[in-house]
Amino acid sequence: MIKSPLKVMDKENIRRAISRIAHEILEKNKGTKDLCMIGIRTRGAVLAERIKESIKQIEGVEIPSGILDITLYRDDLTLVATQPVVHETKISFDITDKKIILVDDVLFTGRTIRAALDAIIDFGRPASIQLAVLIDRGHRELPIRADYVGKNIPTSLNQVVEVILKESDNKADMVKIEDRDE
Amino acid sequence: MAEWTKHSLLDLKSLSVEEIEMVLETAKSFKEVSARDVKKVPALRGKTVVMLFFEPSTRTRTSFELAAKRLSADTINIAASSSALSKGETILDMAKNIEAMNVDAIIVRHSCSGVPLILADNLSASIINAGDGCREHPTQALLDMFTINEKLGRIKGLNVSIVGDISNSRVARSNIWGLTKLGANVTVCGPSTMIPFGIEKLGVKVSYDIDAVIPESDVLMLLRIQKERQNDKNLPSIREYAKTFGVDNERLKRAKREVLIMHPGPTNRGVELSAEVADGEYSVILNQVTNGVAIRMAVLYLLLGIREPVTV
Repeated sequence: MIKSPLKVMDKENIRRAISRIAHEILEKNKGTKDLCMIGIRTRGAVLAERIKESIKQIEGVEIPSGILDITLYRDDLTLVATQPVVHETKISFDITDKKIILVDDVLFTGRTIRAALDAIIDFGRPASIQLAVLIDRGHRELPIRADYVGKNIPTSLNQVVEVILKESDNKADMVKIEDRDE
Repeated sequence: MAEWTKHSLLDLKSLSVEEIEMVLETAKSFKEVSARDVKKVPALRGKTVVMLFFEPSTRTRTSFELAAKRLSADTINIAASSSALSKGETILDMAKNIEAMNVDAIIVRHSCSGVPLILADNLSASIINAGDGCREHPTQALLDMFTINEKLGRIKGLNVSIVGDISNSRVARSNIWGLTKLGANVTVCGPSTMIPFGIEKLGVKVSYDIDAVIPESDVLMLLRIQKERQNDKNLPSIREYAKTFGVDNERLKRAKREVLIMHPGPTNRGVELSAEVADGEYSVILNQVTNGVAIRMAVLYLLLGIREPVTV
């Protein structure tokens, strides 16, 4: 178990992890044919854009990307006191028969990914969906696993994993773990 | 963003600026859902919505029904003509009986002002006003504001003119409340018999001359001459209204270049506007209908999400 608060990744670690994930995606899929990225709002979308940029540098090919808002597919909508704010989903390409790389920042219970899978299926029938995450912190509640992982971090349930990215948070890239206040 | 706390949507009079903006913002996301191939999201799965329409309606009823269905809620339609009201049951008794079947929301339209308020006071289901008498039609005004904002990029500071039978119009009242709250300059225009005494108190200007109003207007909102609500003292004839207040291409020559022509529908072509204006380049009448579904999805989503906080 990691003592907290602790910085587990800095800017350089994150850059290398993204670069490695980009290479792994290209290797596993044998190039960029039919590949497209879908990032889960907000930080998944930022990471998807970075992986896309990295792939462009490696292969010289720009693959399509989109943003997914999973609010309407959450399984806890009837449990929260007031409805969470809904944001727009932006997927401007046809996903049918495409190989989708779904991107999120932290993989935890797996419920967000379950919601995202349902949402993607409503847009069409992709050839496959692969999952890329920056952090896998364990504690899955559903049978879901990631195909590409930036870093595996063992955590306890009362810890919070915080991912900070320049594009969404206006601060230098960082991943840190903190104990919850309560 | 502020938190949504309203349990029912009865009017725009009681909504704050933040609440109106929240509905408009939420509707943006829902507009995208209606543009998909699979026009359905599971957000309100398991919720039941009953539509209680005591007045004829195609647009609003269809729009609400589509909105509920696209959120995966179940809907039931009750037409007043085939209901037990004809056997002498009161509206409140009928609504209570419907609620006893565990419905989550009741959407109501009635020719008497205030019916949705009575239901909201006596029932625990969410009540949505789909038009009550000549009082308010909140979702229509919300979709009008959404359309203006979408087309012109703002509402604050715009000159919006509402033309027609203001006295009998719930659309006009809801729009006056909403638009003035969001900072638009609203003018009401029509024959003096159709402008209620003291309407200036709501913060609007009054004009009896449409040709003076047109050059100033960023938005021309034309209301239907409601034949079912007229007595013969208001207008000498429909033809005279068409001649004095009807908007045609000739009148529009003096309009601003980017004027929006809006109409809540159903239109009387050749009365409040000519066919060439209704189908013309300035008309956003069908955009209003499209946006109506998104607005009603946003309203249902926000209202049906409210419940007692769960203690874990």
